[in-house]
Amino acid sequence: MSSFIALLFVVATLVLVVGVARKVIQYARTPAPLKIPTTPAPVSEAGVVLRLFREVVFFESLFKSTKWTWIFGWMFHLGLFVVLLRHLRYFIDPVWLPIELIQPFGLYAGLAMVVGLVGLFLRRVFVDRVRYISSPSDYLWLMLLLVIGFSGLMMTLVVHTDIVMVKQFFTGLVGFSIGELPVDLPLIVHLVLVAVLMILFPFSKLLHVPGIFFSPSRNQVDNPREKRHLAPWAKSMEEQEQN
Amino acid sequence: MAKANFEVPELQEYVEVPAIAEGVMAHLSPFVAKPDHNTDLNFPGELVDDWHDKTLEKLDDLRKRFRSLQVYLDACVKCGACTDKCHYFLGTSDPKNMPVGRQDLLRKVYRRYFTFAGKYFPKLVGAEDLTRETLDEWYSYYHQCSQCRRCSVFCPYGIDTAEISMAAREILDSIGYGQKYCNEIIAKVFKIGNNLGLPGPALADTLEGLEEDVFDDTGVEVKYPLDQKGADILLVTPSADFFAEPHVDGLIGYGKVFHEAGISWTLSSHASEAANFGMFIGSYENMRRISLRIRKAALDLGVKRIVFGECGHAWRVAYAFLNTLAGPFDFLDPDYPVPQHIMEFTYDQLQKGNLNIDKSANDDMTLTFHDSCNVARATRMGPKPGGQLEYPRAVIKAVCNNYVEMHHDTIGEKTFCCGGGGGLLTDDLMEVRVKGALPRMTALKNVMEEEGVTHLAAICAICKSQFTKMLPYYGMDMDQIVSVHQLVSSAIILTGQKTGEDEEEETEEVEV
Repeated sequence: MSSFIALLFVVATLVLVVGVARKVIQYARTPAPLKIPTTPAPVSEAGVVLRLFREVVFFESLFKSTKWTWIFGWMFHLGLFVVLLRHLRYFIDPVWLPIELIQPFGLYAGLAMVVGLVGLFLRRVFVDRVRYISSPSDYLWLMLLLVIGFSGLMMTLVVHTDIVMVKQFFTGLVGFSIGELPVDLPLIVHLVLVAVLMILFPFSKLLHVPGIFFSPSRNQVDNPREKRHLAPWAKSMEEQEQN
Repeated sequence: MAKANFEVPELQEYVEVPAIAEGVMAHLSPFVAKPDHNTDLNFPGELVDDWHDKTLEKLDDLRKRFRSLQVYLDACVKCGACTDKCHYFLGTSDPKNMPVGRQDLLRKVYRRYFTFAGKYFPKLVGAEDLTRETLDEWYSYYHQCSQCRRCSVFCPYGIDTAEISMAAREILDSIGYGQKYCNEIIAKVFKIGNNLGLPGPALADTLEGLEEDVFDDTGVEVKYPLDQKGADILLVTPSADFFAEPHVDGLIGYGKVFHEAGISWTLSSHASEAANFGMFIGSYENMRRISLRIRKAALDLGVKRIVFGECGHAWRVAYAFLNTLAGPFDFLDPDYPVPQHIMEFTYDQLQKGNLNIDKSANDDMTLTFHDSCNVARATRMGPKPGGQLEYPRAVIKAVCNNYVEMHHDTIGEKTFCCGGGGGLLTDDLMEVRVKGALPRMTALKNVMEEEGVTHLAAICAICKSQFTKMLPYYGMDMDQIVSVHQLVSSAIILTGQKTGEDEEEETEEVEV
């Protein structure tokens, strides 16, 4: 079992990193031939950084749109972020001080994450408009994340796993040596589903994570009158005409 | 009330988000372009036999040339934030008119043929085969989008349905399934110079008539020049300004402002149209070809500046794309932005105190302002973000005493489209135009009842034409829509202008 999980995580990490990198390269290489920021938009690079910061950290546009989705969505994402940071302790030794300091918040973050996910799930089921646009995969993602969250909370609150052993396993895996994992059901479920998430990430709507940084309506400076914004293909079109 | 073969929504206190009713607008499609109109634009005349492969080829081509399309097709998480934001959904309750519903019509095909999940697990991710019916569905629903970008304000990733609509229309055009209204008009622009097909001599006649009217009214010889070489400013304005009401009153206003500013200006018969329908059909090539007319006119006439008249989508193409499509404009005066909006010009003149204004001339009206979608969400005026919202208001307030805002969720960046933008201003789409106008009509009705508003001012030719038709459907009067420069025109006192007795009396009455 330990070898299986070890192999799974090596594969999952590879798929995640290579898969997302390929999409990021695709987005970066695809030209945005026209200036299309949603205005009012920042007129400087610094302004764009600030706009993206507000968008990524506070979900500014979603806040404008619907408060319920914003509350649940923000709870889930912020919770997930803190939980992820907290989990770093299982991969590094000695543990960095900031990671040490956020440990007490891990449980609350985990709870916030689960509550947020339940809220989002209920909204998807009960609001007719959202139900209409949902595919099976949209429900499955929420369920996958919920089970990951529940199994994690189980280990914190109900049946503790041998966390020292888990840490030895993963710090070992970082150095490509395969150790032993405790055979606990919640732990195995937790780990397998996290690996599944990592593998599916680059092929799914989870691409919204890199996507937002490449969204022309959010990441462009509003300066079309000052600067021409010619895409390479548009430039060669012009040159062909002149010849 | 105008006649309608569909149910005109009743105005309520506010617009309720309707329960979804799938497919209730599937019957509505615009007239299909005739072969000539497609070939004029370098598209196949009729639906090609290998439409299936050609459609996928074009989609693949576009997603490689437009980052917006690639990212927007991938990034949507179906959160639902946009679902109640589109005026066409609010007015029709068809979920395929929800921004995400509309995007999904294309996205499901993208997923089926271009993504791993869609190729192997189509049911799981809502991917669907491309069929002949898909094309009809695209044709119907992508012509029920005015590309107003309201959804892009609320999307957490800034997904702009306008980009998807434009891509879909470009795909349809590329397989010979074009829309009559847009393609016929673009062909007219190439052949005659403007959307309405007004030839040069007709323009000259019209402008001469305007000069006479203004002289009769004011006793001042205000010129409305055409093709005058060596003028300082080339004015490019929507062709509706030449004769439609209330558009033409705006054109009269521009002329008066230029006259008082003491700056020479001219219209061009070659570029006698500000609007660029190339954007509506998502065709970079056609949009560029239309833009190049303006460059040519500016070069031929030897002007120093380019100023655009009141027109919404036109101002988007002018402000955001013209420099890229037809630049660089290094032959123009570098002290002024290229191009400028007439509102920026008038605002500057007001700031400098060059205009003699009698605000009481507009005292018979209480005004509110309709932010045109593409001006508000895709452009700017002046140096600061949001100037496109401030300048028109500043100009209106400088020439009118009575001004009121509509509900804050319906103006500014959250403004509702008039319902006729993006290539929908055609009678064959009247049903969706009327239903899509519901949110704006509701907001207007509210300020009429609560604040005594009498008139709605706008700075877009499409908005003005659309409201002229919509107001009667909703039990209001078609004359309630006015041009902003019509207000300027009424309030401006030209140097040497005769003041009639009637006017004095009116002024006194108001002061009492």
